[in-house]
Amino acid sequence: MSTKRTVQFKIYRYDPDRDDKPYMQDISVDLEPSDKKLLDALVRLKVKDDSTSFRRSCREGVCGSDAMNINGKNGLACLTEVDDLKQPIVLRPLPGLPVIRDLIVDMTQFFKQYHSIKPYLVNNDPAPERERLQSPEDREELNGLYECILCACCSTSCPSFWWNPDKFVGPAGLLAAYRFIADTRDQEASERLDNLEDPYRLFRCHTIMNCVDVCPKSLNPTRAIGKIKDMMVRRAV
Amino acid sequence: MKVAKRSYDAVIVGAGGAGLRAALQLSEAGLKTAVLTKVFPTRSHTVAAQGGVAASLGNSTEDNWHWHMYDTVKGSDWLGDQDAIEFMCKKANEVVVELEHYGMPFDRLDNGKIYQRPFGGHSQNYGKTPVSRSCAAADRTGHAMLHALYQRNVRANTQFFVEWMALDLIRDADGDVVGVTAMEMETGEVSIFHAKATIFATGGAGRIYYSSTNAFINTGDGVGMAARAGVPLEDMEFWQFHPTGVAGAGVLITEGVRGEGGILRNSSGDRFMERYAPNLKDLASRDVVSRAMTTEINEGRGCGTDKDHVLLDITHLSPDTIMKRLPGIREISIQFAGIDPIKAPIPVVPTCHYQMGGIPTNYKGQVVAPKDGNASSPVAGFYAAGECACASVHGANRLGTNSLLDLLVFGKSAGETVVEDIKSGNLSLKALPEDAADLALARMARLENQTNGTDVHEVRLAMQRTMQKHAGVFRFSDLLKEGVTKIMEVAEQAKHTQIKDKSKVWNTARMEALELDNLIEVAKATMTSAEARKESRGAHVRDDAPDTAEFPNGRRDDEWLKHTLWYSEGNRLDYKPVNLQPMSEDVDPIALATRTY
Ligand SMILES: Cc1cc2nc3c(=O)[nH]c(=O)nc-3n(C[C@H](O)[C@H](O)[C@H](O)COP(=O)(O)OP(=O)(O)OC[C@H]3O[C@@H](n4cnc5c(N)ncnc54)[C@H](O)[C@@H]3O)c2cc1C
Ligand code: SF4
Ligand code: SF4
Ligand code: FES
Repeated sequence: MSTKRTVQFKIYRYDPDRDDKPYMQDISVDLEPSDKKLLDALVRLKVKDDSTSFRRSCREGVCGSDAMNINGKNGLACLTEVDDLKQPIVLRPLPGLPVIRDLIVDMTQFFKQYHSIKPYLVNNDPAPERERLQSPEDREELNGLYECILCACCSTSCPSFWWNPDKFVGPAGLLAAYRFIADTRDQEASERLDNLEDPYRLFRCHTIMNCVDVCPKSLNPTRAIGKIKDMMVRRAV
Repeated sequence: MKVAKRSYDAVIVGAGGAGLRAALQLSEAGLKTAVLTKVFPTRSHTVAAQGGVAASLGNSTEDNWHWHMYDTVKGSDWLGDQDAIEFMCKKANEVVVELEHYGMPFDRLDNGKIYQRPFGGHSQNYGKTPVSRSCAAADRTGHAMLHALYQRNVRANTQFFVEWMALDLIRDADGDVVGVTAMEMETGEVSIFHAKATIFATGGAGRIYYSSTNAFINTGDGVGMAARAGVPLEDMEFWQFHPTGVAGAGVLITEGVRGEGGILRNSSGDRFMERYAPNLKDLASRDVVSRAMTTEINEGRGCGTDKDHVLLDITHLSPDTIMKRLPGIREISIQFAGIDPIKAPIPVVPTCHYQMGGIPTNYKGQVVAPKDGNASSPVAGFYAAGECACASVHGANRLGTNSLLDLLVFGKSAGETVVEDIKSGNLSLKALPEDAADLALARMARLENQTNGTDVHEVRLAMQRTMQKHAGVFRFSDLLKEGVTKIMEVAEQAKHTQIKDKSKVWNTARMEALELDNLIEVAKATMTSAEARKESRGAHVRDDAPDTAEFPNGRRDDEWLKHTLWYSEGNRLDYKPVNLQPMSEDVDPIALATRTY
């Protein structure tokens, strides 16, 4: 006999098509033994109330779709063990971005900042016949940078990003900027630094470290930001 | 409902590896292109690919494309078309090197070249010894590739319609394709994308099975849309069951783990693959390994309390190798199996993974269908690439790392063909038919007004359980027959799905109901095609076609060396010949032979 597991939720609900304003919905759902992650529980809940809206795709922590605020902390539903969560499980959309519906936020501003750092390799030498060479050590510099899944857990937990989402690039964008600066194949490191030389774009980071604390891929945007700042200082002298 | 119209040179549906590679070709040629995608591009399921992309670069072991071609034909159990296979294997170095130039962070060898690892079914010297052919970025190759392709598209200024769901294909009275209808998810509004060329790159449909390595969004939309529009589907009976899905969770453990030295063991700790594939052992082709595992489990040598899985052991590898080459696998094992593979073996079972069949195309990415006596006549204006398409390079069984390669080669090739067809004036903007949006609007209206209907979740579950039971790793003639009846019943229920959520804004209940329509087309095609194919070949192995002296492995080249074509209308089947002739005259065909590893 398996014992029934019931979880209590308190979920942020808002459908602009129906609701005047957002509200918190109290709802519970019975789980099956195979339901292990918060995402499993949400999918189960959706069978009960098909209007519960959230993004999801890979269910294994690589696509970055299901970032949300879980009991006050940003994370991915698919990598969060449901049994570890204090109940009622309070779910809110990622903070600081406009809500489209329920747990679905408008990520335009987040991606705009990502795009602003020119997130692509620039190398204007004629393309060689074969691969450009890179030593294993140089390649290792990209570890901890290229793995970002653009989930926005970090940027939406960063107070500096909340206050200036249009001006501060935010941890995810800055991590991406450093990913290209650190790539030995890229030729625009100095233009990339110029692009960030501004009181807001980079320097709004006050090393509060929220970003590091929430990254579901255990990446460290603060360290990348620190390295960019060091490079700025070094080239200034 | 009012329907907005937009016109383009080309519309691409899908922004996974195949769609993004095609988009680059069009954007860089300056064509006015719209790329529609259900999810932000980097959330496409290509992101989950782990092990690598094949190319005979020969960076660590001697290699050439002839060997790769041989392995692919043999892997396909001779159902692959040899012209398309030659094309793909020959192009591999070019497209992988391009990807490196785009910024893909491949792992490196000491000499600075791209790191390559061994993979199942890939060999040197026509099957003799394993070869290192899989170009890898740790065990996150798909992620690295998808992001690099997206980034290159940002540079090329590609225009994306993110979170737009294509609903149906638009064909005119001549049968030519003139665009698609699509719904903006944020507003629920339907638009027509009118285009000279339409490219489908919508990925696979692994969600027709209960247990799958595929994402929630892998619902075969492109395949379903094509089927509803009267385009046949090719070889849909062939589904790959990946040997190593995490038992109970379905999440994939890459074959690269075995490439790095991982070993499969049964309950007595035996390395059982030695008995089934004496040469390549754990690195035999996927269908062979999945069947061996299923046999071990069926004969009582499975592991765990329910004896329902086997173990994948890498405890003999150095922690350093695991951390460096397989960091993502370690994360997945800890997250989804609750074990650290440095210390204990991973519980695994064969899990539905990849759709070998799909929308029939030629090597140029043109969709082809029988017309006026020509079995492969191009459908004007319609192109497809990636997992939704069937070129056919994978035939009855795909080799690992050949799919990411397929995305690059045929995504690019479809893009090039469209550029040529438009620049040469071959394709123009044909008039939209009066009823262009009717099919999509009717489906939406039906959902809106359905009462006393069926539940989307229940119907989907019934479909998934039916597929799992009736068309699994081993197939049985009585179960297949019953399966056809059952799946047609489920399809009937799917016509009456009802949703409670009627909101216009980001209505996920509606999207899931629309996706179910597509899944059902795929499920019907699979079951019907499988029931009809009375032989064993590649991933399709049935009890009434056993291994005999006359027909080794149960393969019947006398009757079944042909591609299946399934039509949705009337659940009808047709067949077309396999192309056993390579593209170039100076390349010898790979002669039919019995497949052993
Ligand atoms: C876990 C896993 C690991 C794998 N590892 C490897 C590997 O190591 N090597 C290898 O070669 N292969 C691997 N494969 C296979 C390979 O990854 C896939 O076959 C391939 O990535 C599919 O790419 P695609 O571009 O065809 O589709 P996808 O990447 O699935 O993209 C489909 C796109 O279509 C869009 N779309 C779908 N429907 C609609 C619609 N209705 N409207 C608008 N947009 C739509 C989606 O938004 C998405 O952008 C793996 C597969 C899985 C599941
Ligand atoms: S360390 Fe910087 S980027 Fe990270 S949360 Fe703090 S202010 Fe934001
Ligand atoms: S750095 Fe981490 S938290 Fe931020 S977007 Fe990338 S993966 Fe998400
Ligand atoms: S669903 Fe993809 S990261 Fe959670």
